Amino acid sequence: MIKNLLSAGDLDRADAIRILDTAEELLGVASRPIKKLPTLRGRTVVNLFFEDSTRTRISFEAAAKRLSADVINFSAKGSSVSKGESLKDTALTLQAMGADAVIIRHHSSGAPHRLAQAKWTKGAVINAGDGTHEHPTQALLDAFTMRRHLTGSVGGDLQGKNVTIVGDVLHSRVARSNALLLDTLGANVTLVAPPTLLPVGVDHWPVKTSYDLDSSLEKADAVMMLRVQAERMNASYFPSAREYSRRYGLDTTRLNRLPDHAIVMHPGPMNRGMEITADVADHVRSVIVEQVTNGVAVRMAVLYLLLGGAADESTTEDSSTKDRE
Amino acid sequence: MVASDDAARADAAHTPLDQTARTVLDEQDISRALTRITHEILERNRDSSGLVLLGIPTRGVHLARRIAERMSEVEDRTITAGALDITMYRDDLRLKPARALEHTEIPDDIDGKVVVLIDDVLFSGRTIRAALDALNELGRPKAVQLAVLIDRGHRELPIRADFVGKNLPTSLVERVKVSLVETDDLDAVAIRGESA
Repeated sequence: MIKNLLSAGDLDRADAIRILDTAEELLGVASRPIKKLPTLRGRTVVNLFFEDSTRTRISFEAAAKRLSADVINFSAKGSSVSKGESLKDTALTLQAMGADAVIIRHHSSGAPHRLAQAKWTKGAVINAGDGTHEHPTQALLDAFTMRRHLTGSVGGDLQGKNVTIVGDVLHSRVARSNALLLDTLGANVTLVAPPTLLPVGVDHWPVKTSYDLDSSLEKADAVMMLRVQAERMNASYFPSAREYSRRYGLDTTRLNRLPDHAIVMHPGPMNRGMEITADVADHVRSVIVEQVTNGVAVRMAVLYLLLGGAADESTTEDSSTKDRE
Repeated sequence: MVASDDAARADAAHTPLDQTARTVLDEQDISRALTRITHEILERNRDSSGLVLLGIPTRGVHLARRIAERMSEVEDRTITAGALDITMYRDDLRLKPARALEHTEIPDDIDGKVVVLIDDVLFSGRTIRAALDALNELGRPKAVQLAVLIDRGHRELPIRADFVGKNLPTSLVERVKVSLVETDDLDAVAIRGESA
C-alpha cells in the first residue's frame, strides 16, 4: 500500500479494490448504535484547508472521528496564513505538534505533492483537492458508489462499464481523478463538454471526448454531472448560462433516454438549474446524497489503510500478512 | 514479545505441511467434536431461541456455520451463524502493515441474547479479548460464551473457553494448523514442530 494519497493515478488496481472492499465493510459502522472504532486512537489527523469546503472537510472529520483519531481543523481564513505564513512554515508547525496525517486542500495544483516530497511533515499526506488538478478520495467514493449500484460485487472492478462525465472538465479536479481511477478499474470514460471547457492535453488522458451530450446517453451506465466552477472562470467559456444548460444540462427529457439501470451522480455542490435540473437532482435514480454517505466510509478506509498499521513496513511481515485470507 | 495466536496461525497457515507435521484430528474427529459442542451449547442454554452464533474470521466462521447446521437439525428450525471481524480491535495493529478487513455479519440483534463466539484455535486469548471489545459496541448481550475447536494453552489473558473440541497441550515452538474444506480442501488439525 502507498504511504500518501496524492493522485488517483498512484493507485494500482489491487490498491484501489482494497480501498473499496475495506470501505464496503466500514459502511456498516454508520448503522451501528455506537458509530466508532478504536483503531486510530491516539493518532492525530490535521485537516489543512486553504480553500473553502463543506462536504470534504466534514466527511474527513467524521471519518477520522469514527476511527477515534484526534482531529485538528485548520482553515486558512483566521490563521497566520492571512499574515503571510508560507505552506512550509505551516507544515513545520503542524509537524512539531505531532500530526500523523495531513489532509490538505489547496487552491494551487501540486501543493500536496510539494508537502509530501519536501518531507516537511513525517505523517501521511492525503490530497483533498488541489487547484484544478486532483481529488482522489472523491474519485474513490464515486467508483465505490458505481460499484455498489452497477455490479454489486465485493472484490470486483468496473470492467466494461460506461461512465459519462459532463460539464466543466477544464476546472474539475474530480474529472481528472475519476478518469485515472475509472481507467484503472476497467471502465470506459467519456468526457462531454464544450470545446472551451476541455483541458489542453486531454487527448493524452485514458478517455474518449465528445462535444455532444445526447449522443453519449443511450449506453451510459452512470452519468456524472460536474459543477460549472464560475469562481475559477476569468474568461467567457460559453455564451450564456441558458445556452450551456440547454446543451449540457441534465433534464428530465435526457434522464428518460438513459438506460433503466443508469445512475446520476454529482460531486456537489450543485448549481440546480444550471448543469442539473432540480427534478433530476431529486429523482430516485440520482445517488447524490448516497455519494456523501459513501464518502465517509471511503475516507475511513483510506485513513485506516494509510495510518492503521505499522509506520514503516517491514517486508517480511508484509508477505505473511498479505497472504491471510 | 511473545508471539500471539494469530501470528502463529498466520504462519502455520502458509507454510506447507512438512514431514514433521503430525495429524491430531481427522475429518471424523472434527465432525464428532462439532456435534458434541452443538449439544453442549444447547444443553447449557436449554434451547436455541436466545442464542446468537458468531464465528471469528476466517475459520471460525466456517465452524460457526457447521455448528448452526447441526443446531438447525436438532432444533428443527433454521439457525444462521454470523461473523464478527475483530481486525479493527486488535492490540497488535501497529506492529504490522494495515490488514484487509473481513466481513462482519450480525444475523440478529444481540441485546439480551446469549452470544456464542466460535473460533478455531484458542491460544493467547488476545483475539477473544478483541472480539469482546467488538461485541461491546454492537450491543449488550446477556452473556457471552466461547466455543473453540482446539485449546492449545499458553494464555496471556484471563480468558477460558466454555466449549472445547480438543485440549491440545503444545509447546510454544509448535504450530497448530487447522484445515477446513471451505478454505483448505480437507478437514484436519495438525501439529508441526520446529523443523529440526
